[in-house]
Amino acid sequence: MADYKWPSVEKRSLIGKRISKLDSPWKSSGTAVYAFDVHRPNMLYGRMVLSPHAHAKITNIDTSVAEKMPGVKAVDIIGDVGVGKEVLWAGKEIVAVAAETDDQARDAARAVKIDYEVMPYLVADTTPDKATGYTQQLNEQTQGDADAGFAQADAIVEGFYGIPVITHCCLESHGSAAEWDGDKLTVWASTQSVTGLTQEYSQSLTAKGMPVTPANVRILTPVMGGGFGSKFQADTWGISAAVLAKKAGRAVKMMLDRDQELMVAGARPSLYAKVKVGAKKDGTMTAWQSESWGTSGPSGGANANLPYVMQVNLPYKRKHTAVHTNTGPARAWRAPNHPQFALVTMAAFEDLAAKLNMDPVQFLLKNLQYAGERNRGFGTKDYEQELAKASELMDWQKKWHPRGDKTPGNIKRGVGVSLHTWGGGANNSSCNITIHPDGSVELNMATQDLGVGTRTSVGIVAAETLGLPLEAITVNIGDSNLPPAGGSGGSTTIGGVSSATRLAATAALNKLLDAAAASLGTSADKLEAVGGNIRVIGDPSKSITWKQACAKLGVTAISETAQTPRPNTPERALTSVNVGGVQMAEVSVDIETGVVKMEKFVAVQDCGLIIDLKTAESQVYGAMIMGVCYALYEEKVMDQQTGKMLNADMEFYKLAGIGDIGELVVYMMQGPGYDDRGVIGLGEPPTVSPGAAISNAVANAIGVRVPTLPLTPDKVLAALGKGGMA
Amino acid sequence: MAKRPGTEPPEEEVLKKNKGREDDERAGLGRREFVKLAGTASVAVGVLASGDLLKAEPLPQEAPDAAITKLVGPGAVKMTLKINGKAQVLVAEPRVTLLDALRDHIYLTGAKKVCDRGTCGACTVIINGAAMYSCSVLAIDVAERPGSPAASIETIESLAPEGKLHPVSQAFVDNDASQCGFCTPGFVMSAKAYIDKHPHPTYEQVKASLGGNLCRCGTYMGVRHAVVEAAGKMAAGKGGNA
Repeated sequence: MADYKWPSVEKRSLIGKRISKLDSPWKSSGTAVYAFDVHRPNMLYGRMVLSPHAHAKITNIDTSVAEKMPGVKAVDIIGDVGVGKEVLWAGKEIVAVAAETDDQARDAARAVKIDYEVMPYLVADTTPDKATGYTQQLNEQTQGDADAGFAQADAIVEGFYGIPVITHCCLESHGSAAEWDGDKLTVWASTQSVTGLTQEYSQSLTAKGMPVTPANVRILTPVMGGGFGSKFQADTWGISAAVLAKKAGRAVKMMLDRDQELMVAGARPSLYAKVKVGAKKDGTMTAWQSESWGTSGPSGGANANLPYVMQVNLPYKRKHTAVHTNTGPARAWRAPNHPQFALVTMAAFEDLAAKLNMDPVQFLLKNLQYAGERNRGFGTKDYEQELAKASELMDWQKKWHPRGDKTPGNIKRGVGVSLHTWGGGANNSSCNITIHPDGSVELNMATQDLGVGTRTSVGIVAAETLGLPLEAITVNIGDSNLPPAGGSGGSTTIGGVSSATRLAATAALNKLLDAAAASLGTSADKLEAVGGNIRVIGDPSKSITWKQACAKLGVTAISETAQTPRPNTPERALTSVNVGGVQMAEVSVDIETGVVKMEKFVAVQDCGLIIDLKTAESQVYGAMIMGVCYALYEEKVMDQQTGKMLNADMEFYKLAGIGDIGELVVYMMQGPGYDDRGVIGLGEPPTVSPGAAISNAVANAIGVRVPTLPLTPDKVLAALGKGGMA
Repeated sequence: MAKRPGTEPPEEEVLKKNKGREDDERAGLGRREFVKLAGTASVAVGVLASGDLLKAEPLPQEAPDAAITKLVGPGAVKMTLKINGKAQVLVAEPRVTLLDALRDHIYLTGAKKVCDRGTCGACTVIINGAAMYSCSVLAIDVAERPGSPAASIETIESLAPEGKLHPVSQAFVDNDASQCGFCTPGFVMSAKAYIDKHPHPTYEQVKASLGGNLCRCGTYMGVRHAVVEAAGKMAAGKGGNA
């Protein structure tokens, strides 16, 4: 019988190799059909009317003119607003219209007349003392005796650090196309949660008087153009597209405009902190204290879990204030809150190391006892190994210098380091493997692929399990009519879908081995599937081809469905939690212009057993590049005067280009101590450290801390004005 | 950060094109009438980009004179585009961009609508050999006109006519140069336009030449390798359908 456990390294034919993604040819030839690309017969286009005010009460909505505009077929007042209700941020969608063409829908949206009673607002991401009435002070949290810790310290630094709100800026904006067929609804959605949306559509539409059961909602997401944590919900615009489609009796596609995407469809909370941290002469930390604040939009906000990673048994006291602003609400952004925590923590650590005249790598090594154990029984060896590997790849010992590059000229070089962790886990997914008598194999699972290689990875797992080439597996995903799968968030997808696939494929294979055993004159437990054959273990000469084996099935296909194993079962060992890594950045800074340039950027990352090394490395490269974006360029700029976002376009909401990222080096930790932990997700962890590593590199280069990201020329020059190498 | 795909600055191309039109085909259409057209056509980037026209105020309505008979729009008009070597007739308002014409009228959805303001390059197509942002070109400006043939427009759909990948597309697959893939067709078209004119690009030249395309997932490392590799294979006459 085939065993469900992951094959040992010498038996892997596909797992861990560099394999190109199955859907890349569709994408690079332009044939992939995203929600944004869907065309249905007689399809209408939807556009929305947005609030121009950051805070206002709606006193009247007049759609009568819009309804008579050319091409207009339906108008919908969005579910969560209406006359008498308040809008809490500028850009909030209020009315949606559907028309024959996109431009006609825009014209009609402009013709909707909405009256407002404008109310006071706060949009500036300001200190709590300037935000009276908009703050929520959370309870102070303590561990040990921080005051005693500071009394023991030989050196103490106090600093201020922060990261502003950034937006997700998915290139495929949020949205969907919706079409009814009687009481059945089909939605082509750009989503991270194919299965989850069926429930949400059913509930929201039923509440709107258009009842539909979850089973009658079909979500289709064969590909999607980026989510990063912002696309778990149907959102008001998704529901409204379905409402408009019902009213008009025609399909409606409604995708957000770029300004809307940037204003309302995703924000990462800001975090600012005043930090005090102390250590003994040898670098051992003795205490941490932080007073932090930040905004998640009009509500919410949680305690800041500071210091990041290295807090086990370290005395600390910390308090956090949530500042409620009239801005588009926060959504999960890759590794929610970790990048902010890492920046505040690692920057403070680096400042302390500088004060002690210590190499920050030595400082981190000295304090690893506070990091706790990521990998059971492994102690802190993983961080030690990763710091050593990153140092080697960066040539850290040669490049690191005490604060401030003393070489003559305008261009100063520096290096910085940060480390990170992430839990991950496994979402709850079901996989069906069907082996047909003609030898063809189908893999059926509702899961979405956000572009990270989920489709390919489950194909690899099935092919590896069945001893077949990847091309032999027909992978069907991205359709809620397939066996249900969890949403893709928190780096839980790969653990969930790979373990379910492994179990389903193993069960299906065992059925096939049963069917083939007689013809090989043995029992199923003596057989294995290798290289497209079913053969006797230890006697490869006794073998039949995959097709011959499948022909024994007669007319009945094998269909086996398995779920992600539940916690605390032996099968759960197919996946586990807690990964980490180390990143090192090298920058050059022109102290005359303040421009920071990426030179080299090294990431050393652990993610358990790697299924596809090529796409795993790509995930890390991508995270590093997103990291360069938020370290150097990104900021959602809000204007207190008008209450609006000033840079709701891609000209002024800046992302790094292909020439802005320097040389990137990715090294995946593999082998004993790593592989044997099972499959763990990778979407979040490598996005955590870039801001901290790059900020530290700039401080090392110019001899002074630039307190907040992004590290734009004006801020670099302002910091230099206060000291450093200027 | 550079803001253009390929080799020619599209903004300059658009301005040049509009200038030429004002001087030639629309001779007889006076400044006043042209402004009226621009005003009626709402936001039309290609038209309004023409320098000092931005400052002009729309004029009050007056009786049409002989010159105005050459005006088109604001309603839908018939236009003929030359897309991937074939004439394509569509009926669309003059304010419709080439990108919207491709996507919503001809159903060629390879070019993506992302920024819709000439920044990100996801809508890149090749017009008369130059990589251009199709969101910033009006369809009517590249359509056939009396005495002037339609511009030759290549979209990503032309690269794999029989399903066999173009060497640039294949290199994007091999080097994992796409994640979500929404920027990918634009990158592929920019890369193709660049390689067509510079068959032996270096790594450094690729970084400079593709500065007008933005990716959110962070695929730039793969893109760099893909473009150099594709150029090498194309120069050697191997790979894909080229």
